[in-house]
Amino acid sequence: MSQASADAATSDTDERPIRVLIAKPGLDGHDRGAKVVARSLRDAGMEVVYTGIRQTPQMIAEAALQEDVQVIGLSILSGAHLGLFPRVIEELKSRGVDDVLLFAGGIIPDDDVVEVKRIGFKGVFGPGTDTRDIIDFVREHAPRRT
Amino acid sequence: MDASELVEALVAGNRRALARSITHVEADSETGREVLRQVYPRTGRAQTVGITGSAGAGKSTLVGALAREQRKRGRTVGIVAVDPSSPFSHGAILGDRIRMQDLTSDPGVFLRSMASRGNFGGLSETATGAIDLMDAAGFDVVLVETVGAGQDEVEVATAAQTTVLVANPGAGDEIQSMKAGLMEVAQIMVVNKADLAGADTAVAQLKALLAIANLDSWIPPILKTVARANEGIGEVVDAIDGHQEHVRSEEHADSERRRHVRGQIIALARAALHREALEAAERSGALEILVDSVAARERDPRSAALELLDALRRSWSSSSDLGA
Repeated sequence: MSQASADAATSDTDERPIRVLIAKPGLDGHDRGAKVVARSLRDAGMEVVYTGIRQTPQMIAEAALQEDVQVIGLSILSGAHLGLFPRVIEELKSRGVDDVLLFAGGIIPDDDVVEVKRIGFKGVFGPGTDTRDIIDFVREHAPRRT
Repeated sequence: MDASELVEALVAGNRRALARSITHVEADSETGREVLRQVYPRTGRAQTVGITGSAGAGKSTLVGALAREQRKRGRTVGIVAVDPSSPFSHGAILGDRIRMQDLTSDPGVFLRSMASRGNFGGLSETATGAIDLMDAAGFDVVLVETVGAGQDEVEVATAAQTTVLVANPGAGDEIQSMKAGLMEVAQIMVVNKADLAGADTAVAQLKALLAIANLDSWIPPILKTVARANEGIGEVVDAIDGHQEHVRSEEHADSERRRHVRGQIIALARAALHREALEAAERSGALEILVDSVAARERDPRSAALELLDALRRSWSSSSDLGA
């Protein structure tokens, strides 16, 4: 084992990996973007729980609770974000999950971004976002657990 | 919440307290250790089952099918699903929820994904802890799924009372490789994807291997399943019940329990020792000196390893507070 990899292993035990849930609410089946983000976060050293497509708000909230993630990223391309996102937040609240960082991606018109941010999504990342920006965002804002 | 509050809440069935407790155990925090200490006297009720086998054998699908069958029988199910961490980034994609979609909205099911994190033995510490927490939280069945590639994963599977080994037809070499050790740890063998050609051959090979294995009072049944189509699943659950009855029977309960906890203690001690030794070796700088010398072929690796061990023993006996 080289000195460099030994150092990496040591720092890894000191600094626990950030746990992230990537989910696709609603009925659109396009998960390329979600998978690209999941892989980028994985390659940045995070542990990414990926739920797959067609998740209900209840499923997303329940997954976030059971997996005790620090971060939830939702990807949506169907246009139903203003219908579904508030319901995800409601479901999280009803379970007492109140200490997670939320971000969204996909097709969210500029006019809706303000509302999405108002209800609790700290970041909104549209098409063409550099994945490094998402990684930096998550690292900066993810709440600490232990 | 502190450790006592977490324990009180999780024993009362609070799912969020259970989830947070597992996070503490994963982080090996002081709270996590205290939670495990307090919870242990309240464990032992659940049926704990480890599922192992090589990548692609159908473990996730089988675990999903087993969980559904257990739910049909009126039992609640906790699942610990382990996926490998990347050795390069230390990150992981945990994808078991994709194959258990229907289960994730069932209130009688609790699924926790876990990354192996690649730190020696750490996985068995974490998984053993998660099993105990789910047991104490009142789940009737706890299923633990691991990629059975190495010693760590086998240890995780054997942290459960009943270990199920999943193999596939046509994997002749793979079954050969199971001779060493794996046969002895499995109490139930499943040939999954049994609709493929060669299923009966695989069963026959496993039977032949069993004949030369070191068996005691329990003879592992060999079962065929097509987990994707839900075929043969009831028989696997029956076999698990059968083994649980065996280990809890008056005749075997004491010896089985002792065998099980002996394995657990050794695995956990091994993990702790490995971690401590690695940390001490890195701190002392002795490792790097030996690396230089072996790289220059002045010493052989085996001698260097023994010298390192000597150096560690000296540093441990000279300063008792080293591990603090």
